[in-house]
Amino acid sequence: MSAPDPVPPALELRNLRVDIPTRRGTLRAVDDVSFAIAPGEILGVVGESGAGKSMTGNAVIGLLDPPARIAGGEVHLNGRRIDTLGRGALRRIRGAEIGMVFQDPTSSLDPLLTIGDQLVETMRAHLDISGKAARARAVAALEEVGIPGARDRIDSYPFQFSGGMRQRVVIALALCAEPSLVIADEPTTALDVSVQAQIIALLKRLCAERGTAVMLVTHDMGVIAETADRVLVMYAGRMAELGPVREVIDRARHPYTAGLMASTPAASRGARRLYQIPGAMPRLTDLPEGCPFHPRCPKAQEDCRRVPRPTLAADGGRAACLHPLDPERGAEDVARAAEGTAR
Amino acid sequence: MLAYVLRRIGQSVLVLLVTGLVAFSMFRFVGDPVDNMLGQERTQADVERLRDRLGLDEPFAVQYWSFLTNAARGDFGLSYRQGRPVAEIIAERLPATLELAAVSAVLAVVLGVAFGIYAAIRRGGWLANAIMTASLIGVSLPTFLIGILLIWIFSVELGWLPSYGRGEVVDLGWWSTGFLTASGLKALILPAITLGLYQMTLIMRLVRSEMMEALGQDFVRFARARGLPERAVTLRHALRNVAVPVITVTGLQLGSIIAFAIITETVFQWPGVGLLFINAVQFVDIPIMAAYLMGISVMFVGINLVVDLSYLAIDPRLRAGAGGRT
Ligand SMILES: Nc1ncnc2c1ncn2[C@@H]1O[C@H](COP(=O)(O)OP(=O)(O)OP(=O)(O)O)[C@@H](O)[C@H]1O
Ligand SMILES: [Mg+2]
Repeated sequence: MSAPDPVPPALELRNLRVDIPTRRGTLRAVDDVSFAIAPGEILGVVGESGAGKSMTGNAVIGLLDPPARIAGGEVHLNGRRIDTLGRGALRRIRGAEIGMVFQDPTSSLDPLLTIGDQLVETMRAHLDISGKAARARAVAALEEVGIPGARDRIDSYPFQFSGGMRQRVVIALALCAEPSLVIADEPTTALDVSVQAQIIALLKRLCAERGTAVMLVTHDMGVIAETADRVLVMYAGRMAELGPVREVIDRARHPYTAGLMASTPAASRGARRLYQIPGAMPRLTDLPEGCPFHPRCPKAQEDCRRVPRPTLAADGGRAACLHPLDPERGAEDVARAAEGTAR
Repeated sequence: MLAYVLRRIGQSVLVLLVTGLVAFSMFRFVGDPVDNMLGQERTQADVERLRDRLGLDEPFAVQYWSFLTNAARGDFGLSYRQGRPVAEIIAERLPATLELAAVSAVLAVVLGVAFGIYAAIRRGGWLANAIMTASLIGVSLPTFLIGILLIWIFSVELGWLPSYGRGEVVDLGWWSTGFLTASGLKALILPAITLGLYQMTLIMRLVRSEMMEALGQDFVRFARARGLPERAVTLRHALRNVAVPVITVTGLQLGSIIAFAIITETVFQWPGVGLLFINAVQFVDIPIMAAYLMGISVMFVGINLVVDLSYLAIDPRLRAGAGGRT
């Protein structure tokens, strides 16, 4: 073992595995996922629906819905292993050291309590402060997330806010106990397009000020391009590609990443029409032999079918692909090749 | 919001006027009170005098109005059978019924909510399953059968508890209570269980299914993600959000506890208003029946009003909505 870093990563996953036991066998929803997020860093997580992005986030905060459970690997938070902690200890970490932002702010907030009550109860669950002090902090927290007239609006109910304002409240709740990591699971998907950019900018600014690490799950490649430091691309519960954001977007190594980029408007500027990856992601019940992406891959070769699923090590820690794309030609190459096969 | 409250009160008054009409109609169309009150040996003069005293020759509207105003003052006239004021007879019987109903209601609500929450949280656990199975008995057996079974087991076979009556009561002047003596308390047990069991199981099953739904909601998930203790998540967030349907059903069930007291009181010969009513029906003692009917409807209307107003207390969205509508 090497000597520990002076500053441990805010979050580190080591070979995380999540299993879902079902009647027809055990499904592996997250398989061998390893990454680290440094304090203050933003890791974007992308992938098609069902890729295991939310499962990964839920595993980190210990809120997997039964029967899903962590079946292997380790989760370290600021150098401390947390996946082995008991329920009570994990509860004290949630909210205090890991903040969570979910997709839909309308259903995330308790409709029957004022936002002030919800902020105060969250702070008092984690910090040793009086109700009065908590209330003062709640006002400050609302001001920080840009709720106008916070002092008057603290006693309002969630239904009295717009969707964008509600997500600001949710962010205030996620950050009110000053966590060192925020997991934002599609924080703008349910919002009006006009406020999406503001919410992302807010999240980015607040986390930068506090040095909070962020795991940002999203389908919006434009958001990733503007916000994230690094990107993790997931496919069928596995890591497909991991790298610095510009590298991954401009010089994708995994054909899946390239296809994903070519299929999103923001990332494929200039392309005349949007590309679509042929086929659909396989269900966890019938994953193919070899590379899970090979049936849809325009670059698939004979060995992709045969060689057991590749890991990032196949491409020097960057892409889980036996035949990574030529960095000089990148995504266009794939798009062209894919169009060829699709026809 | 005030408009909403006033409108609901107006509706309640309307309902009471209608039930008042039904109760009043009994006087005119069910049996002849004069026949009932005077024996075989009567003169025409006796009949005239009584008709006059009872106001039976007045026009319908006048009679109805005086019935209403009297009823509002708690005056339902004289019992045909006992010749005493109905109010006095009912006042003697009411404590027995109210004490029984109160114990049953507390039992039903407290145990129903507690078991319901437990069965929802520990769904699939053996105790939760046992509670659910046992609850099937509560909803499927008729009240009188439960009463008879309890009497058979605890009075006849084991001899632990009395099978009828109220035991010793302490008279406080305006109220006679069975709470202060050991025999009074013992006498309460079987009838209270009999009366409250059905309501308890109903409340429990409702709380369980509502709670299971609420516990799967996003705001509960977010409350957990905020690191709130499980107790706060269940009670403060999930339970509060199921309060509206639970209170609705509980309110109605409280009403039926008093209404169903008729059966329980008959089985256990409990000297309450339910038993009084059954006896009154046998003798066609209309004033007592009318008073009972009015009392029950006032209670139902009152409970409904409280239930409706409690929605406003619970749900801020309804408060805002009630302010907007008229
Ligand atoms: N109870 C379950 N039984 C079987 N499969 C399940 C169960 N719960 C989740 N899954 C599967 O786990 C996989 C991972 O789901 P997850 O929610 O992590 O996807 P995601 O990447 O977040 O997708 P999205 O973009 O739609 O949010 C999915 O394929 C889903 O079908
Ligand atoms: Mg998801």
